[in-house]
Amino acid sequence: MSNSFLKRASILPGFGPALGYTVLYLCLIVLIPLSAVFLKSVSSSWEHLWRTVTAPNVMAAYRLSFGASFIAGIVSAAAGFLIAWVLVRYDFPGKAFCDALVDLPFALPTAVAGIALTSLYTENGWLGRYLVPLGIKVAFTPLGVVVALTFIGLPFVVRSVQPVLADADRELEEAASSLGASRLQVFTRVIFPMVGPALLTGFAMAFARALGEYGSVIFISGNLPMKTEIVPLLIVTKLEQYDYAGATAIAVVMLLSSFLLLLGINILQRRTRRFMEADQL
Amino acid sequence: MQIRNLTIAALASVLALIAAGPVKLLNVSYDPTRELYSQVNAAFAKQWKAKNGVDVQISQSHGGSGKQARSVLDGLPADVVTLALAYDIDVLAEKGHLLPANWQTRLPNNSTPYTSTIVFLVRKGNPKHIKDWDDLVKPGVAVITPNPKSSGGARWSYLAAWGYALKKNNGDDGKAKDFVTKLYKNVPVLDSGARGSTTTFAQRGIGDVLLSWENEAYLALNELGTNKVEVVTPTMSILAEPPVAVVDKVAAKHGTAAVAKAYLEFLYSDEGQEIAAKNYYRPQSPQIAAKYADRFPKLTLFTIAELFGGWQKAQKRHFDDGGVFDKIYTPGT
Repeated sequence: MSNSFLKRASILPGFGPALGYTVLYLCLIVLIPLSAVFLKSVSSSWEHLWRTVTAPNVMAAYRLSFGASFIAGIVSAAAGFLIAWVLVRYDFPGKAFCDALVDLPFALPTAVAGIALTSLYTENGWLGRYLVPLGIKVAFTPLGVVVALTFIGLPFVVRSVQPVLADADRELEEAASSLGASRLQVFTRVIFPMVGPALLTGFAMAFARALGEYGSVIFISGNLPMKTEIVPLLIVTKLEQYDYAGATAIAVVMLLSSFLLLLGINILQRRTRRFMEADQL
Repeated sequence: MQIRNLTIAALASVLALIAAGPVKLLNVSYDPTRELYSQVNAAFAKQWKAKNGVDVQISQSHGGSGKQARSVLDGLPADVVTLALAYDIDVLAEKGHLLPANWQTRLPNNSTPYTSTIVFLVRKGNPKHIKDWDDLVKPGVAVITPNPKSSGGARWSYLAAWGYALKKNNGDDGKAKDFVTKLYKNVPVLDSGARGSTTTFAQRGIGDVLLSWENEAYLALNELGTNKVEVVTPTMSILAEPPVAVVDKVAAKHGTAAVAKAYLEFLYSDEGQEIAAKNYYRPQSPQIAAKYADRFPKLTLFTIAELFGGWQKAQKRHFDDGGVFDKIYTPGT
C-alpha cells in the first residue's frame, strides 16, 4: 500500500501511452467543453454575474436542486441496496426479468419518464387520485421532483452494489455467525463494510445524475418560480432570454459545486476503503 | 460593379436551381402554427409551381418563440421567420444582424399578415362560471398559462391581463400589478411553451381555465370535442400581432430571397388570408374577415403599442430578469 504511485505503475508496461491517452481523452471530452462554459461566462461583468448567480429565484433553485438530489440519492441508495441484495442472494422466478427492469431508467428517454410520472401523480392520475385526497400532493411539488430523481438514480446504486455483493465471501458471514455474532452484527460488521464503498459510489453517481437531470423533472415539477424551479431549468430560461453569460454563470456555479461534492465523496470513499482494509488485516 | 455582381448572383442562383432541383425554404415558426403553415406551404408550392414552373419545398420548424429565435441566432438556417412577437425578430436584427432593424416596415400591417388574441378555454359547462378576466383572480380558480419568460403566447396573456386591469382601473399601474400578481397566485403549473400548457390542461385535466391563443383554443376545441371544453371570449383582450420576416442574410446565402419574399406576400393574398381564417387566425383583409366574421367573436382589443409602448419597453419592464414578473414571485424585493 505504501509503494509510491509511479513505482507500482511501472510494473505494467504501457504506462506512458495509456496515461497520455487518458489525459488527451479527458481533455477532449470533458475539459475543453467545460472550459468553453467558463470562457463564455466571463464575457460579462463580474457584477452582473454575481447578481445573476445570487438572485433569490436562483438561490431557491440551488436549494431545491441540491436538496432534492441529495434526498433522491439517499432513497436510491437504500432501495437500490435492497434490490441488489434480493437479486444477488435469492433465487426466484422472474429474477432475470427484474434484473433487466432495473436498467430501464437508464435507457428510457427522461422526458418519457417525466410525462409518465406526471400523468400518474396528477389529481386524476392512477396514483394521484388516491394520494391527493389524503393530502399528499406529488405532481407540481418538490416531492414530485424527488420522485422523478429517485426514478433516474435507482440503477446507478443497484449496478454498483450488485457485483460487490456477488463477489463478497459468504464464508466470512458464516465464520462471523459461528463465532456468535447476531444477524444484525453480521450485517453491520461484515456485510455493510464490504459493500459500503460501492454503495457510496452508487449514491454519488445517483446524486450527480440527479443534479443534472432536466427532461423528467420539468414535467412533474410545475416550474413555479421560488418553489419548484430546478437549476437546469433556470439555465434554459436564461438562454431563452438571450442571456448567455447569465446561463453559463449559473452553469459554472453548478459545475464547481458538483465537482467539489464529488471530490469530497471520492476522498471519503478512499478513506473508508483504506480504513476497512486496515481493519481486516 | 454592383449590377454585375447582381447579374452574377442571379445567374448563379438560376444555375443552382437547375442543378439542385426544387427550391428549399425553411420557415422557423412558433408553437401553435404547425397546422396553419402545413396548409400554407402546400398552397404556396402549388401556386409557385404554376407561375414559375419550379418546385418549392418548404420545411417547418416549431417551438417556443424565444427558443426558435435563439436557434436562428445560433445558426439554424431559416430563410423566413414567422414568430409569436416582434421582440424575438428584433433580437435577430439586433444581436445577429441577420436582417435590417427596420424589418417590420417592409411588409403591410407591421409585417403581421394575421392577428390573434388571448381567450379562455374552460371545462364543459363552465363549472366555475368564468366569463371575464375578473373571474380568474377569484380564490379556488386554477389558471393554466405557460411561463412568460420562455413563451411568446404567455407574454401576450400576461400583457392582456395587465391591460385589462389598467383599462378597468383608469390606468392605475399599482392596481394592474396587484391584479396580475393575484392571477399568477392561481397558476399551479408554468409550462415552458403554449403547447405544453394546452397538454397540461386538456390531456392531464389540470386547472379550470387555460389562457390561450385564440387559434390554439379553437384547435383544442376541435380536437377534444365540444363535450369536453368550451371557448370563452372575454370582453376585452390584447391584439396579438405575430409578425413575419425574411432573414436576409440566410436567404441571400441560399439564393432564396425572391421566393422567400413571395412566400410571405402569399400570406397577404386572398388565398393566404383565407387559410389563416380557416385556422382561426384573424385575417387582415377586410373582405376575408367579413366572410369569416362568425368565427371571431367581437371584443375590445387594445394594442401593445397603445398600453405598453411597444415590445422593447414591455420586455424590459416585465419579463427581463428582476422585472415585474420576477417580483410577483419574490415578494418583499
